[in-house]
Amino acid sequence: MNIFYLPRRDAITLAVFALVVLTMPVWLVPFGAAYPGLMQKFAIFAIFAVGYNVLFGLTGYLSFGHAAFLGVGSYTAVWTFKLMTMNVIPAMIFAVIVSGLFALAIGFVSLRRSGIYFSILTLAFAQMCYNLAYSVLTPITNGETALQLTMNDPRVLDLMFSERGAGLPSPSLLGQGMSGIEAFYVVAVVLLIAFYIAQKIFVSPFGMMLRAIKSNQTRMHYTGFNTRPYALTAFVISGMYAGLAGSLLAATDPLAGAERMQWTASGEVVLMTILGGVGTLIGPVIGAWLIKYFENIFSGFNDAMLHHTFSWLPQGAQDVVVAITSKFVGEGWQLSLGLIFVLVVVFLPGGVMEGIRRFSSLFRNRREPGPTGALKTSPAE
Amino acid sequence: MSETKSNVVLHVADVHKRFGGLHALADIDLQVEEGQTHAIIGPNGAGKSTLLNVIIGKLAPSSGAVVFDGNVLTGRKPYEINQMGIARVFQTPEIFTDLSVLHNVMIPALARRDGAYKFNILRALERETAIRQEAEAMLEDVGMHSSRDMAAGSLSRGDKRRMELAMCLIQHPRLLLLDEPTAGMSRHDTNTTIELLKKIKSRGMTKVIIEHDMHVVFSLADKISVLAQGRIIADGTPDQVRGNPKVQEAYLGGAH
Ligand SMILES: Nc1ncnc2c1ncn2[C@@H]1O[C@H](COP(=O)(O)OP(=O)(O)OP(=O)(O)O)[C@@H](O)[C@H]1O
Ligand SMILES: [Mg+2]
Repeated sequence: MNIFYLPRRDAITLAVFALVVLTMPVWLVPFGAAYPGLMQKFAIFAIFAVGYNVLFGLTGYLSFGHAAFLGVGSYTAVWTFKLMTMNVIPAMIFAVIVSGLFALAIGFVSLRRSGIYFSILTLAFAQMCYNLAYSVLTPITNGETALQLTMNDPRVLDLMFSERGAGLPSPSLLGQGMSGIEAFYVVAVVLLIAFYIAQKIFVSPFGMMLRAIKSNQTRMHYTGFNTRPYALTAFVISGMYAGLAGSLLAATDPLAGAERMQWTASGEVVLMTILGGVGTLIGPVIGAWLIKYFENIFSGFNDAMLHHTFSWLPQGAQDVVVAITSKFVGEGWQLSLGLIFVLVVVFLPGGVMEGIRRFSSLFRNRREPGPTGALKTSPAE
Repeated sequence: MSETKSNVVLHVADVHKRFGGLHALADIDLQVEEGQTHAIIGPNGAGKSTLLNVIIGKLAPSSGAVVFDGNVLTGRKPYEINQMGIARVFQTPEIFTDLSVLHNVMIPALARRDGAYKFNILRALERETAIRQEAEAMLEDVGMHSSRDMAAGSLSRGDKRRMELAMCLIQHPRLLLLDEPTAGMSRHDTNTTIELLKKIKSRGMTKVIIEHDMHVVFSLADKISVLAQGRIIADGTPDQVRGNPKVQEAYLGGAH
């Protein structure tokens, strides 16, 4: 019995996905996005979204507080750097454990309710975490200034083997610094492992139970299942994914601030998942990439660039167009995000993945009429 | 409380259920014997479904208790009651509409094998061959094998019911509760279902069945209890009940 087994279809998906991720530095060039900082973000937020989808996509429990676990992961990672070692592996491990414990506590209470009350409980807990980090626990979190490395951190493990160096140390893996393209590859490999584990969950009996909870929790009870531990396990797993993503943010930039835990950050992962396609494996990844890509594009625009873009218009019209569009770029890029989101939810409630599916079935149906009522591979909500 | 005979598996003892001012169940005392099919009949709103809700733990009785196989069920969670060996077909099908028919039937089989909770991500569903084969055989039994890959939500009303029956049967419950299992079915499907239920009877499963269709009741039941306005107004063998003037008045009136 091979515990690493994946059904053929999923194994192929994983292989293709690995190829796509590892060749990012090549195919992102024409999009102007092939620089390490952005690609690291692509991989890190994909991990966040894939994990979030284990909860939201499979069980249907909509958490509005997952940024809390992202933040906890970052703080834990930076503290591990400060106290123990600059090696990123212990930082990742501790971040996953600590955020998992937070998720266990928050999930235990929040899952006593379902629907909107569950969402509000998670939101409330996340805001509490944010406030704790921002003001109450400043000795641990360094509040507004953000938690950073300093020259006289203990770093007990590192200093057992080497002298304290001159400048600030930076995170490393097996002696390799965590910056630039190397860091991207490290994060990309972590993404692939995280994706593989999510695939295992999706195809396992456990994953089917989570789907069944989403479909009809009442039936689950009368079928002999205690659904609460199932939902709690999914909650903790997704919290651990968030913590892992948080630790990677800290590994690529050793800094942890409270704003990472704010409700807008929690909302962002919800948007990523819905935009890409809830309940599908690839969807949240695509959602994360699209949002981070557009954030990068739109927030980078300024008025001068807009004037340049619309320079083919007559002067008067150009001013009007620039005045309007400038509200949607730069600081205001979230207006664009909101607009894209509204369009997707109204016209493609299953997200980008549903779009792809509709598009491909358009071609398939021309050739062979599909069986009526055949099972859709994912829930369309 | 009346004395419990040794072969009584289910004993509903002096149960009352009130919804505000409505006395939905009044002084219900019901004993179901091992291996028998016990029918509950009565007009709309008599409290039949409410009685099943009390048995499976969906509703707590206002007073009284339900005893199954020597264990008090009252106060236990629905999933515990199921794990003790009680399965139910609902009046409006309770199924997993987004999942395939096959998965709908595999889930209860996993509940029986793995218990109320198991963190099982190392295996893949596709490797659960024993459970899968069992589910396919069960679908064969209820005549639904050809729809196994369809989404359960897209089935006809009668097929949803048959699938829900399969979901219960695959658990091999000691006690099966059926709330109008043939409602919405064609005559032909009704007959197939009766045959199926008779087949289970020969396997010795105890059943409580709520049914409006007298044809179904009289061809299946060993015992019948007649419920009207929350009270049991008569019970006995089908012949006893058929001849009871109170029953004729309250329920069978038009049929004879
Ligand atoms: N949860 C509830 N809250 C309030 N009243 C209820 C509830 N459930 C049932 N009732 C009422 O209790 C009475 C009995 O309902 P029940 O569903 O048990 O009837 P029934 O015998 O199953 O009828 P039918 O043949 O129509 O299914 C009805 O008057 C119903 O309105
Ligand atoms: Mg009823």
